[in-house]
Amino acid sequence: MIALPAPKPDILARRAEIVAALQALVPGDGVIAEGIRLKPYETDGLAAYRQVPLAVVLPSSTEQVAAVLRYCNEQGIRVVPRGAGTSLSGGALPLADAVVVGLMRLNTIHQINYADRYAVVGAGVTNIGITKAVEAEGFFYAPDPSSQLACMIGGNVMMNSGGAHCLKYGVTANNLLGVKFVTIEGEVLEIGGTYLDAAGYDWLGLITGSEGQLGIVTEVTVRILRSAEGARAMLAAFNSIEIAGAAVDAIIGSGIIPVALEFMDKPCIHACEAFAHAGYPLDAEAMLIIEVEGSIAEQDALLARIKDICARFDPISLKVAETAEQSLAIWKGRKGAFGAVGRISPDYLCMDGTIPTSELPHVLKRIGEMSDQYGLKVANVFHAGDGNLHPLIMFDANDADSFRRAEAFGADILKLCVEVGGCLTGEHGVGVEKRDLMNVQFHPHELAQQRAIKTAFDPAWLLNPAKVFPLQGALAPAIAAT
Amino acid sequence: MNGPIAPMDEAGIIAAVQAARAAQEPLAIEGQGSKRGLLRPVQAARSLSTRALSGVTLYRPAELIISARAGTPLTEIEATVAEKGQQLIAEPPYLNGVFATSAPPSIGGVVAANLSGPRRITWGATRDHVMGLRFINGKGEAIRSGGRVLKNVTGLDLCKLLSGSYGTLGVITEVTLKVLPAPETSATLLIETPDLASAVAALSAGLGSPFGVSGAVALPAPDHAVAALRLEDFAASVTYRMEKLRAMLDSFGAQRVMEDAESRAFWRSVREVEPLQAMPDEAIWRVSVRPSAGPRIAAAAGAIGGRVMLDWGGGLVWIAARPSIANHAAISTAASLEAGAAMLFRAPESLRLAVPALPAEAAPLAGISARVKEALDPGGLFNPGHLRAA
Repeated sequence: MIALPAPKPDILARRAEIVAALQALVPGDGVIAEGIRLKPYETDGLAAYRQVPLAVVLPSSTEQVAAVLRYCNEQGIRVVPRGAGTSLSGGALPLADAVVVGLMRLNTIHQINYADRYAVVGAGVTNIGITKAVEAEGFFYAPDPSSQLACMIGGNVMMNSGGAHCLKYGVTANNLLGVKFVTIEGEVLEIGGTYLDAAGYDWLGLITGSEGQLGIVTEVTVRILRSAEGARAMLAAFNSIEIAGAAVDAIIGSGIIPVALEFMDKPCIHACEAFAHAGYPLDAEAMLIIEVEGSIAEQDALLARIKDICARFDPISLKVAETAEQSLAIWKGRKGAFGAVGRISPDYLCMDGTIPTSELPHVLKRIGEMSDQYGLKVANVFHAGDGNLHPLIMFDANDADSFRRAEAFGADILKLCVEVGGCLTGEHGVGVEKRDLMNVQFHPHELAQQRAIKTAFDPAWLLNPAKVFPLQGALAPAIAAT
Repeated sequence: MNGPIAPMDEAGIIAAVQAARAAQEPLAIEGQGSKRGLLRPVQAARSLSTRALSGVTLYRPAELIISARAGTPLTEIEATVAEKGQQLIAEPPYLNGVFATSAPPSIGGVVAANLSGPRRITWGATRDHVMGLRFINGKGEAIRSGGRVLKNVTGLDLCKLLSGSYGTLGVITEVTLKVLPAPETSATLLIETPDLASAVAALSAGLGSPFGVSGAVALPAPDHAVAALRLEDFAASVTYRMEKLRAMLDSFGAQRVMEDAESRAFWRSVREVEPLQAMPDEAIWRVSVRPSAGPRIAAAAGAIGGRVMLDWGGGLVWIAARPSIANHAAISTAASLEAGAAMLFRAPESLRLAVPALPAEAAPLAGISARVKEALDPGGLFNPGHLRAA
């Protein structure tokens, strides 16, 4: 288990007073303090970790967020920002002495400008909500994390969320123009605007993916893009992981950048097929889902080229969708991968390291060996074009030893990712989950540099404590575990 | 000014920074020195150059990744990736004409200035493709951020903070960039429109179409304007989409298509800001604004006798005009009235010293800015006075 800092006794003792003060700042039903109603906020997508917070506050405006932060800063109260609570890395895990600032009521779409191709939305608007608001005009918001039905754009900004289509469209950071940003002092800053790349420090780039360490985003200006004329998927299955990896290299080497390029190993294929009945080949060791965009004729031409390339690698199955329905069927298993694994195992940990794609066969072989060593099954699904792995480690949360082994297994996978030239997290964030592994990827003076930048924004280290940075280290005295 | 210190390796850069720190003597940070005319003149007696840190250190075409030492000339990077049929995505400019130099920019300088060409409108800026970098902070420590993979959210994104920091936060020693396959062919649709506003409307319609426009510039002409829209992809795809685009934009004005070679040459000239035709004695400004406001910025520039070209769908307004404090004020005011931002891009030293080259940061942000600068460059060694007056 990952250590959390001891709560500040004086804050716990003043709970009633703090709740009353918050109620004055956010009147109506915006403050939650009763045990039973705090329960839903005790965890996020990393459900193995739970902690009921001191209180939850649900502001309805940027001004209320600013007032809450100003108050918490003056009183030395820790703050945990929260969107929809879908973080897989424990980014929204509360602390016993922390106020959770939930952004779900900032769910207004303020402005949509098709001529200039942007939308201004509240941080609590869901990812899919943006696309829904603009799709009638043929537009969409590109980053599509698999939690997109629930996750909120404010959380996407904080975690720099990715998705299955980043190979072509980039991640959250590449699709933003501006944010309204509230500092721990309660100052409201307009960062960026409705234009691209004005000169000056790239605060927008630094804030994106900062995991709530620097401040809270209440409003986001996103780029909206016109959808392609259409998209279609194909499936290619191979006899070995090495061969599938070589096929991926050959596709990209040919000059084709598919809009999505997903990879699944045998355990994942089996789990997904049992769940979704998508028609996946059960005898395959590895399978690719490849999606291209454009007119029907362009799709046909690209899929034919990709099919020819795959054919050189002795595929055991090649299936090109003829219709949008067949495309959906191919995607159905992949989109349900996490749920499918959830069906065959009581619990799973979803890892998120990224590796250079050339290291794929070596890394998957080592993960297989670790699976035997730890006695835990693992299914691998990942974004093949960009090397972002999602090994799903299956365990039983009711068995403490099983959980301990799952965490150790996960840590070993991430250490391996760093060892082969990759990183700890491609899109889920460090959160609490990978916090103590930061020492594996960074030297102490590099972490000290990041901490010093955090301190420039949050001098007392009140924002989202115990996440991202290991508790022990220079410039983190305020939250050292006791 | 003494000659630049140009160490052969990163250890030499570290030694130079430590010596400057011990002596409390600030440094002008540069690569090949091709953009010395940019922003405000640096107030430092010595320069530290990364020009001798040269060479590609890693290139994996199948992984879409290239790493190079900061001083590597842009020409060398472009040639290396072109050999494998790939390209730098943001098509960064050389600006040799703008700054009247022959030195090819270094890749470190391109990143430090976050300079991007026409393709930025659709495929992202140079900073979007910086997957990793190494830099030396003001304490003389080598700091890595990012890595050599395409997706990485591990820790604070210092790649973005350093990109576009103009050497004021650290000395970049090595960069890792994402690259993509170069398109098989390029074609450009030229539309003659009555004025700049209708040219920008045509660009907006094109960029809002499903046809993947990857360059969109509006150029004024004596009694009309020209909208140019680029398509890049496989030949059959470009042919198909050009036909669709032409039909869709039919009502905007007379059309002409530039095929591959002419199209590529045209966009090189746009990348280098050549259509602006700035005279050697004129200043150049860059205004970032939402595209539909671009024509109003152009009108404001016209009112002071300036000339313009509008890239990025109309949202990047390049202005050439007589260098004067009044002109700078007029352009800055026009930009802020449209909720945009103006930057003095090139000017004689006297004007660069006399006016703020960038808009001021609001008070609370300025405080954060100063603390972040202090966190990275505690002695204030790097490029003092370059972004704003000290």
